[in-house]
Amino acid sequence: MANTQCMTNSFKVDLFNAVHAFNATGIPAHTLATADVFKAALYTAASSLGTTTTSYTSATTEVSGTNYVAGGVTVTFGTAPSNTTTTAFLTPSASITYTNVTLSTSFDAMLLYNNTNSGKNAVAVFTFTAQTVTAGTFSLTMPTNDATTGLLRIA
Amino acid sequence: MITTTKGDMDESLLEKREGTIDNDNETTTWVEYWLEGELVHRSAHVQLKRAVVSFGETAEF
Repeated sequence: MANTQCMTNSFKVDLFNAVHAFNATGIPAHTLATADVFKAALYTAASSLGTTTTSYTSATTEVSGTNYVAGGVTVTFGTAPSNTTTTAFLTPSASITYTNVTLSTSFDAMLLYNNTNSGKNAVAVFTFTAQTVTAGTFSLTMPTNDATTGLLRIA
Repeated sequence: MITTTKGDMDESLLEKREGTIDNDNETTTWVEYWLEGELVHRSAHVQLKRAVVSFGETAEF
């Protein structure tokens, strides 16, 4: 046997579950006894979301329109984070759907953020071809939850 | 019945237009219903293909 320098596979899964807190600075003031609520908000094509986006509250130009509630919709994580070999992965267990909305301004991004955390910290930004919706439904269908296509992966 | 800006309408009364966008990032399908040249319904469905991946690394001493 030989020792191998690495970041352990279990640690990658633990990151999804907030198991570790290396320093008191930045620890959110909420209990970890229950899972946090995550939401998905849509942003216009004129937005500038990206790696420097820190939170929902810092992001501007969220879409607005009939039946769209500011802040977006709740995202369901019914399946626990997992890993296959060296990659930890996590994918919402249901499609993200905005039903019977009218969004006249074209939008091309979805911000996934933590709605339980007081800072509403950002998790990820997903982009797609700009769309509008008229008295209709907009949905984001999730890829297969595995190490190759899972929506959020730590390799 | 189709939900439209003018209320629920029978599909046979409307002109239907459909399209697909398929690239490395997504497969998107959209459907539109038009009534006498006016867009009264548009829905879109996006299948994301490209996830976000973070790479964890350890440094050498």
